[in-house]
Formats: sequence, C-alpha cells, structure tokens
Amino acid sequence: MVEDRPLLNLLAHLVLIVGVAVVAMPLWIAFVASTHGPNDFMSGVVPILPGPHLVENYSRMFSTGVSTSGMPPVGRMLLNSAIMALSISIGKIAISILSAFAIVYFRFPLRMLAFWVIFATLMLPVEVRIVPTYKVVADLGLLNTYAGLSIPLIASATATFLFRQLFLTMPDELTEAARIDGAGPMKFFRDILLPLSRTNIAALFVIMFIYGWNQYLWPLLVTTSSDKYTIVAGIKRMADVADAQPQWHLVMATAILAVLPPLLVVVLMQRLFVKGLVETEK
Amino acid sequence: MKRALFGNRLLPWLLLAPQLAVTAIFFLWPAAQAIRQSFLREDAFGLSTSFVGLANYAALWGSAEYLNAVRVTAIFAVATTLLSLGVALVLALAVDRLVRAGKVYTTLLVWPYAVAPAVAGILWWFIFNPTVGLLPYVLDRVGYDWNHLMRPRDAMILVVLASAWSRISYCFLFFVAGLQSIPQSLHEAAAIDGAGPVKRFFTITLPLLSPTTFFLLVVNIVYAMFETFGVIDATTEGGPAQSTNIMVYKVWFDGFIGQNLGSSAAQSVILMLIVIALTVIQFRWIEKRVAY
Amino acid sequence: MARITLNGVGKVYPGGTRAVGGVDLDVADGEFVVLVGPSGCGKSTLLRMIAGLETITEGTVSIGDRVVNDIEPAGRDIAMVFQNYALYPHMSVRQNLAYGLKNRRTPAAEIARRVDEAARMLELAPYLDRKPRQLSGGQRQRVAMGRAIVREPAAFLFDEPLSNLDAKLRGVMRWEIKTLQRRLATTAIYVTHDQVEAMTLGDRLVVLNGGRVEQIGTPLEVYRRPASVFVAGFIGSTPMNLVRSDVLPGLARPGTTVGIRPEDLVPSPDGALSMQVSGIEELGVSRLVHGVIGGERVSVVVPPDFQPSEPLRLSVRPGAMHLFDAATGLRREGS
Ligand SMILES: Nc1ncnc2c1ncn2[C@@H]1O[C@H](COP(=O)(O)OP(=O)(O)OP(=O)(O)O)[C@@H](O)[C@H]1O
Ligand SMILES: [Mg+2]
Repeated sequence: MVEDRPLLNLLAHLVLIVGVAVVAMPLWIAFVASTHGPNDFMSGVVPILPGPHLVENYSRMFSTGVSTSGMPPVGRMLLNSAIMALSISIGKIAISILSAFAIVYFRFPLRMLAFWVIFATLMLPVEVRIVPTYKVVADLGLLNTYAGLSIPLIASATATFLFRQLFLTMPDELTEAARIDGAGPMKFFRDILLPLSRTNIAALFVIMFIYGWNQYLWPLLVTTSSDKYTIVAGIKRMADVADAQPQWHLVMATAILAVLPPLLVVVLMQRLFVKGLVETEK
Repeated sequence: MKRALFGNRLLPWLLLAPQLAVTAIFFLWPAAQAIRQSFLREDAFGLSTSFVGLANYAALWGSAEYLNAVRVTAIFAVATTLLSLGVALVLALAVDRLVRAGKVYTTLLVWPYAVAPAVAGILWWFIFNPTVGLLPYVLDRVGYDWNHLMRPRDAMILVVLASAWSRISYCFLFFVAGLQSIPQSLHEAAAIDGAGPVKRFFTITLPLLSPTTFFLLVVNIVYAMFETFGVIDATTEGGPAQSTNIMVYKVWFDGFIGQNLGSSAAQSVILMLIVIALTVIQFRWIEKRVAY
Repeated sequence: MARITLNGVGKVYPGGTRAVGGVDLDVADGEFVVLVGPSGCGKSTLLRMIAGLETITEGTVSIGDRVVNDIEPAGRDIAMVFQNYALYPHMSVRQNLAYGLKNRRTPAAEIARRVDEAARMLELAPYLDRKPRQLSGGQRQRVAMGRAIVREPAAFLFDEPLSNLDAKLRGVMRWEIKTLQRRLATTAIYVTHDQVEAMTLGDRLVVLNGGRVEQIGTPLEVYRRPASVFVAGFIGSTPMNLVRSDVLPGLARPGTTVGIRPEDLVPSPDGALSMQVSGIEELGVSRLVHGVIGGERVSVVVPPDFQPSEPLRLSVRPGAMHLFDAATGLRREGS
C-alpha cells in the first residue's frame, strides 16, 4: 500500500476476522453438532463447543448409517460420489481436450458448425432441460447406473474453450518442428500438446471434480436405488423425515463428510484451484 | 488462427465424436424435445397429446403462480448477487491491503466454494432451525421470533443467506485477482496527486474494477437463477406459500411432481432464452475486454 | 544425392495473396544457397514449400531425384532450424535432439551415438540434461542446430536462425554454421533479410523481391554485376547511389539510371562531379558524406579524417558505373 495507515490496517484485520468467522460459522456449527448425542439438541441450549460423541457418531455413519430413512452407510455414498466426480471430471477433460485439438489443429468442412454445437451446451444448464434429459436417460436404461449419473454432465463448452485458448497460444513452429521430426497428429498430441497442457489439465480437474462432487439435482433424479446414492443428494433424504425432527447429529456428521473431500482439494491445491477458477470463467 | 495444420480428413471427426455425441444426445435432443413439448398438451390420463400452439405459454402468462415465481426469482437473484458481491468486495479490499497476512486470510476464505449448494442449504437450515438452531435462539433474545417455516420473509432471507454464503469465496477470488491487476503505480500517482484512501477507492479502484464487477454480476445472476436448485430443495422446497419457489424449482416441480409436461416444457424454453441472453451479454463483455 | 530443384514454383495463399511466383532454382549437392530479400518478399514461404509446411500451388520441387510436392515434411529427409528455435519446452536437450530419431525408429544405440556426436560438435555436452528454458539464447540456437544435425538429413533449411541473437553472437554463430555446413557437406538453404549474412554465408545468393527472383549468383557476382536496380540498392553495406544519367557529364543516355557505389566515388580536386554536402555520418573506419548532385541525393565513402570542401568535387572510379534501364529496372548489357 501507498502509505502506512495503522488504523486502516487494523480495520482490515477486523473486517477479515469477522469475515472468516461468518464464513466458518456454518461448518463449525455442523462439526460441533456432529460431535453431540441425539438429546443434546432438545434441551433448548444450542451447544457451541464440540461434545464427546465424535467417534461414536461417525463410526455409526460408516457402519450402519441411518437405516430408518433407508440410507446406506456413508462409505457407499462417498464411493458413489467419488466415482461420479472422477468420471465427470476425467470425462469432461478427455472429450474437451480432444475436440479442442480437432478444432484448432485441423481444417475440415463444417468445422464452425461443430464449434457452435459445442458452444450451445453453454446455454443449456441441466436444470432447464431437466425433464426431457431425464427421459432420454431413462429410455437408454441408464437410471441407477454410474454412466447415467455422469455422462449427461460431461459435455462442457467451457473446458473446450479453455483448451482451445491454450492451443491457440502454442507457437506454430512447435507443430512444424514436430511434423518435420516425423510426428503425426496423434503423436504430436501425445508427446507435445498433452505434456504442455499439464498444469491447465490439473487446474481444470480440481474445478471439475468439485463441480461433479457437488451435483445434487441430477443424482437425486437418476438414482432411486440406495446403492447408487451420492452423499450430497443423500443428506437431503436423511434430513427429510416425516413428522419428526431429523437426527441432526447424524445429518451434520454426513454433511461434514460430504464437504471434506472437495474441501481438502480446495485447501491443498489452492494455487491450482484459483488458476482453474479464474481461467475457466474467462 | 493456426498456420500449422494437419491434413487428415477423418481424424478430426473421430476426435470430435465423443463430445458431439454427448452434446447431441443429452443437450440438443432434450432441448428440442422441450421446445416440441411446449407446444403440446396431454390429456389428464396421458393417453393422447394434441398440438396447442402457444397455449402453454399463454397459460403461464395468465398464471398467478408463475408470475409469482418470476417475481420471487428476481428478488432472490438480485438479493443473492448483491449480498455476495458486496461482502466479497469488502473482504477482497481488506485482503489487498494486508500483503502478507492477506494470503492466510485468503486460504481461510476460499473454502465455502467446496461446499455444495445443497449442503450449504442444509447447514443454514440447521442454524436457523426454530427449535434447535443457534440463530433463532439469539434472535429470540433481541425479541425477534424467527420462523422460516411460517413466515415468507424469513424463508427468503434464509435461502438468500445460504446461496450468497456459498458464493462468497468465488466472488472474493475474482475481486482479489482484479485488484491485483491494478498497477500499484496508479495508486502511487494518485497519492502524489493528493488523493486519500477513500478518494482513491472511488476514483481509481472502483472504475478499474468495473469489468470484474460486471462479469461477476452476470455470472452470479446465472448462478442464482439456475444453480441454486439444491439450496431451495434442501431447505424450503419453495415454501411457505410459494414464497421461495424460484423458476428453476418450479420447472422441476411441475414436470416431475405435477406431471404437467407441457407447462414445464414451456417454462424450460423461457429459461433457455434467459440463459442465452445472459450468455450473449457475458460474451459481449469478453469481446470488449479483449479489445482493451 | 541431395540436389534440390525448383521448377516454376509459385504460391497463392487461400484468400488470393500471391506470395511467390515462377521460381526456378537448382541447388547443387552440398551447396549453401541463401534466399535474401526485404521483409514480406516471400522467402519464408518459398523455404516452407521446400520443407513441406506449405502446399505448393504451382510448379514442382524435387529433393534428390524425387518430386516431393505431395510428400509430408517428415518424408522429405530435410531438417529445419526456426527463427524462434521451436525447441520442445518440456523435453531436455537430449530428448529434443533424440525426438526425431525416435520417431524414425532409429536404434537406441545409434541415437545415443549421434546425440553425443552432435553435442560434442556444438559444445552442448554439459547441457544435455537441461530444459530449453535453462539455456541462454546462443545455447538454444545450438540445440536447434543440433536437432537438425543428428538427423543427418539430405538438406538443412534455415529460416532466419540468427535474428534473435545479439549482434556479436550473431557473428560468431554465423561462422559456426558455415564451418559446420562445410564439414558435413550437406546441402543448405538459408533465409535471411540481412545482406551481410547473405554475402558471408552463401555459395550463391537468390535475391527475391515481391515473390520473384531478381538475381541468382555468387556473392561477388551479385555485388559486382547487380542484375537490377533493386539488387543494386539491396546488396552492399551502404546502398548504391542511383541517379539519372544526365547528372553525369558526357553520359546523357535517355531512359537510363546510373548506379555508383559510395566507395566508387573518389574525392579529387579536378573531378567532373560537384556535390553540395548536406551532412556527414561517422562510421569509425570511414565517414559517409551525404549530399546532392544535380538534384539527386548521393553519398560518398571517404577516409576517417577527410574534411570535405564545399562543394566537394568527385570523380568516378573507372569501370564502376552500372547502367540500368530506367523503365524496367534491368541491367543494360555492356555496362
Ligand atoms: N498464411 C498466409 N496467408 C496469406 N498470406 C500470407 C500467409 N503467410 C504469408 N503471407 C503473405 O505472403 C507474403 C510473403 O510472406 P513471407 O512470410 O514468405 O515473407 P518473408 O520474406 O519471409 O518476410 P520476413 O522477412 O518478414 O519473414 C507476405 O506478403 C505475407 O503477407
Ligand atoms: Mg520470414
């Protein structure tokens, strides 16, 4: 900063401390709740410090789950979420990088048409075409399958654009040198383009993993058998008990477990995450 | 454009095939179906369908419920966007001021991004739960009887808070990036010209940040309109008395629960038009920025 | 074996820009030919057609005794050095050198032998395991050279390979390229817009202008007998003076442009020409005097401590006048 104003700096610290507190509060409360017993909520005094039931609650979620609401143990749901998030992120990156390669490095009839078809996906979030998309997946017999969970979500204009942008900045001479060195298109793709896109792929992966993990509406629709439930969609089923207070301590334990994997990704790979975020949205 | 190109004819189509197939099967075809369906009406037993022209759209225009959804969406989107943008800007300005400590705060501020909107909804639902929640307990002390199960305004505040909260880190990171791209020399020049911090904020920082702000405005409206299904469904489910029934939620509800396919399809088409408009605006902006 | 022949080669880019037209050229085995000309004259286009990086829209290109018009770059047995070197940024120097050989399924032992030899020749041995970004500009240039050498190709193609180096290094590398090419006796075609580079490197020069060949010849031929006004003005460290013939007393030949190099005008008290001096440029080894004769701008090279009088009387070195047709710009025979 231009000049040193201790008062302004102090204010900045205050603002940020309040900000961090507000940002952290919901998760803290969820964590605290997940360490208490079922009756601690009924006393009317809301606990703000962790209780003694952490191990008990979490191990319960992993072993039996909340059978009253027909939920499988969380291990199964975490696994399903992981499979869905990985399929979506890896699938998105794979099909996007291939099509960006085709669009940038080849000239062929109807190239611009292909480009616009891909572009169109940008304008059609799954939420707005939910009914007919569901019908397609149902007709294809993909309900309650991992394919049905992930494939409809892997087309992505943003990722394609990102790779297109990246490829356009690669010097032409690199391609020409590779051609003279005897590399055909796929060899060039594998030996030169892919290694040079490494960090972008990683950054995109972080973003897409979180996107996939956090899907809600789609898994809610296409999974009706409990062995395919994902954790994010599962929580709601758990909290939705008729005529009774949900078992908040278990719901919150599940929420914490649902948040943990993407949270770790964001915190541990903060640099890649920020890069991916700022770049995919340009 | 590239100069160094490969000459193959078939290969590019093979490379494009997976993307085009997914797009055609899961995007274009359903979108076309939505458009077709929006001109049809099924009888009560689903036995026959007939072409009804724009009747489904006309029905929406006359439906108090739908107009309510439009109004609710507008309030919800504007409130969510302004709240998350405002908070994020204040936090970003503070972080920008504290060079070294800023990094630590940034790490502590980014992680709501990892929380799914649906989970964010559950968390806030719990916090505001009239019987076991922390905030109603506090509000009770100051004489406010919080009840989002009964009172529409409370419900709206709840979904706005949950949606804005899960969006803060996103806006925050973009504001930080925007602030960092303003050259330090501009601040120095203004300081030499006698502008104090407040004046500098309004004459230098804010104008130079306006592209970022505009971008965030658009993407946050898109977010609030289309990606907050989870928040609503995990909390109020559109209630009480339709007070949080945003358009995306209504499309789903009418289509899946109400089985009113024609109306749901017409609503889908309207939403698509809105997304297209917002996308065009966003791209206009990108073009303009490239021209800088 | 590696003779390169161009027959009526031309290029029209999609969109209609004509970059090159009607080029005939015969490069002998082991010869070093330099394509030289101003920016945009089509040098790169011509070279890239030989390399197979641009389609040939007119004429034929043969390498050895094959017409290669429809052969991929990799099948033409050529190696190319690019202006920006185009090193693979993620590969070590060793991998950069080996990549082309690997793609050709050269046995590993042979690859290792050739890489080591090239590294020794170019003094790159200490850097073999570094990435390109850890090298200086000059070292990168050597790696680009090395990548061409290890392939043992039928011909080297260079597109302004030295223009990213500073002046001093450029001089050194120029010499190295020449020595290497001599030693390997590999045919080379070299593109540059720098006439000093062209003169020092080439066995023969091809002077291009607007996509057409102005002159083909040894550096001395081109210097001594420029075939056109354009070549006369382009080749030579200080451009040739070009004046109307009636400026020179006793040489009134209508429709003729006369060219005299600045070093061929000699100050002498009884010279036939009289120049109004307008300024002096100090070059160190000599001075360049600028002025006007009969309304035409002229410059003269004089010894470093020479003080020109006003006006400066000059005579023309015998046999140093070049006559050109003013309308066509072509050299008049018998001059
Ligand atoms: N891909 C292209 N499409 C259309 N025109 C082109 C293309 N590439 C080059 N040109 C044109 O062809 C002409 C010759 O270009 P070329 O690159 O061969 O010139 P050059 O002699 O190598 O110039 P320089 O010394 O600046 O590298 C120029 O007028 C240029 O504008
Ligand atoms: Mg060139």
